[in-house]
Amino acid sequence: MKRLERSEEDNYKFKFIVLIVIFIAVFFGSFILGRYAIGLVDLIKILVNWFLVHIGDLFGQSFGLTQTWSSEAATIAVNVRLPRVIAAGAIGAALSTAGASYQGMFRNPMVSPDILGASTGAGFGAALGIFMGMHYVGITVLSFCCGLLAVFLAYIVSRVSRINTILSMVLAGIMVSSLFSAGTSFIKLVADTENTLPAITYWLMGSLSSIRGNDTLFVCIVVIAGIIPLFLLRWRINILTVSEDEAKSLGINTGRLRFIVIICATLITAAAVSVSGIIGWVGLVIPHFCRMIFGYDYRKLIPASILLGGAFLIAVDDLARTVTTNEIPLGVLTAFVGAPLFIWLILRGGAAREN
Amino acid sequence: MKIEAKGVDFSYREHPVLHGLDFAADAGDVVAVLGPNGVGKSTLFRCLLGFLQPQKGEILIGGRDIRTMTSVETARHIAYIPQTVSPVFNYTVQDTVLMGLTNQLGTFQSPKQKDVEKVLEVLESLGIAHLRYRGCEQISGGERQLTLLARALVQDAEVLVMDEPTANLDYGNSWRVMERVAALAGSGYTVIFSSHDPNQAFLHANQVLVVKDGRVLAAGPPGEVLSEEVLSELYNIRVLIRSVPYLGGEALVSLPGGPLP
Repeated sequence: MKRLERSEEDNYKFKFIVLIVIFIAVFFGSFILGRYAIGLVDLIKILVNWFLVHIGDLFGQSFGLTQTWSSEAATIAVNVRLPRVIAAGAIGAALSTAGASYQGMFRNPMVSPDILGASTGAGFGAALGIFMGMHYVGITVLSFCCGLLAVFLAYIVSRVSRINTILSMVLAGIMVSSLFSAGTSFIKLVADTENTLPAITYWLMGSLSSIRGNDTLFVCIVVIAGIIPLFLLRWRINILTVSEDEAKSLGINTGRLRFIVIICATLITAAAVSVSGIIGWVGLVIPHFCRMIFGYDYRKLIPASILLGGAFLIAVDDLARTVTTNEIPLGVLTAFVGAPLFIWLILRGGAAREN
Repeated sequence: MKIEAKGVDFSYREHPVLHGLDFAADAGDVVAVLGPNGVGKSTLFRCLLGFLQPQKGEILIGGRDIRTMTSVETARHIAYIPQTVSPVFNYTVQDTVLMGLTNQLGTFQSPKQKDVEKVLEVLESLGIAHLRYRGCEQISGGERQLTLLARALVQDAEVLVMDEPTANLDYGNSWRVMERVAALAGSGYTVIFSSHDPNQAFLHANQVLVVKDGRVLAAGPPGEVLSEEVLSELYNIRVLIRSVPYLGGEALVSLPGGPLP
């Protein structure tokens, strides 16, 4: 018995180490990929130097390595690829963690992070911002706020209704989503077809091509702030997956826990969508994939979703910017990659059940 | 631990379910709650567990009003075992049972190695330790119900409330589960279960509560309370009660006897 226990735990540790290695490889590999090639040695030196220079600034000293790389490579690595890769990692981690949490909370593995309207709300906000000719910071902020507003509305409606909380939340989410997507359609209808309409359409497809340092900083702060509580509460999210009566009898204040999960998952989804546009599939496919590898326990599922979601979106973004000369929108690519993957998961699941 | 319901009235909005219901069970009691569908058995249980607040009357656990207890405190006194259903997420047996320890953990805490050892002990005592890494979808209904029983046991509660614990189980599995449950009373648990089979009351319970239309029709030891008249009135069919030789002794069993004359 004891020996079996060890090997089972070691097995999980080994899987996590593999996952961390994959994440690190994808993260650093992404700096090398691109139209402007940067060698691995140069990249390491550039990043170490960049880090040292910033540390030096903090202490009023000048640290740094002797420059053996081209300044062009340094600019691209630090100013273009660093914010983009970090943002892709944060957004991927955010969407898959939010998806995993919502799936547990709604006791439904088919739920995605936009179930309560966070994405459609954020999409409407961005469309409105672009329509009003706002600065890109304004667009991000408006989009983020509308994402939160949509979920807030759905939550309030579900609280007022008298039917079963889970069902009423799903229904309210669908209703609020369709309201906001109708709003987006209306804006597209009245928008200028030369500039505004293509900008809105392209934004809605999701892309990181215009990401800047400030966006990355914003998305990282919100995503870290939202993921920490979900990570700390990961054991308790398990209890939300059993029936309402059972969860209560186990000593859980289900209403309060559900509220915290909604706030955190909504914050990170809205932040992600507000800088990247709508990127589907990550929140649905990655948690499923993690369940296949790590099982159903949220103690493992949350950290696995963070790592795999981050690595997945960084890799997909690498494809988006390298496969063709024009960037492919991320939302399109995640669907191209995600849908076949999901079909494979379903077929595999069916086969496993028959055996 | 003693659990009591005193003059409990409960209605869902305009729809009254329980009317001045009185009930008490002590440590070591196995109480079978009998009654046709829709008489308020589940509502009574949900009141006992503190999920529903009766409009009148009170629920006392060890003499203390349940309304003064937090959900964590209630969980330390009463455990709930639902009917067996296929779970949405295929947790392993071990993880499912670990959930019973949640009320003993801090908000941000996860179970530790010593918690796993406690779970293993309980699983071994129920004879299902070999299933610990199996998913709950991959085991039989009876094994799943024993898993839920194990989860209630690690909760360290003294009162076990079981809403039709054998509803979806076959003949053998129902008997195996009920035998385990009845044995628990010997170690000081108070067990309250509902059932549609009066024979479970005869075979496994020492107390029976007969509920009809939200009122107590009869209460007491099964041999005294469950007469042919009471059961006939309860289920609206003729019921015969016979004494049969059973495991080296005698046992009362009930048999359906066709429509009422």
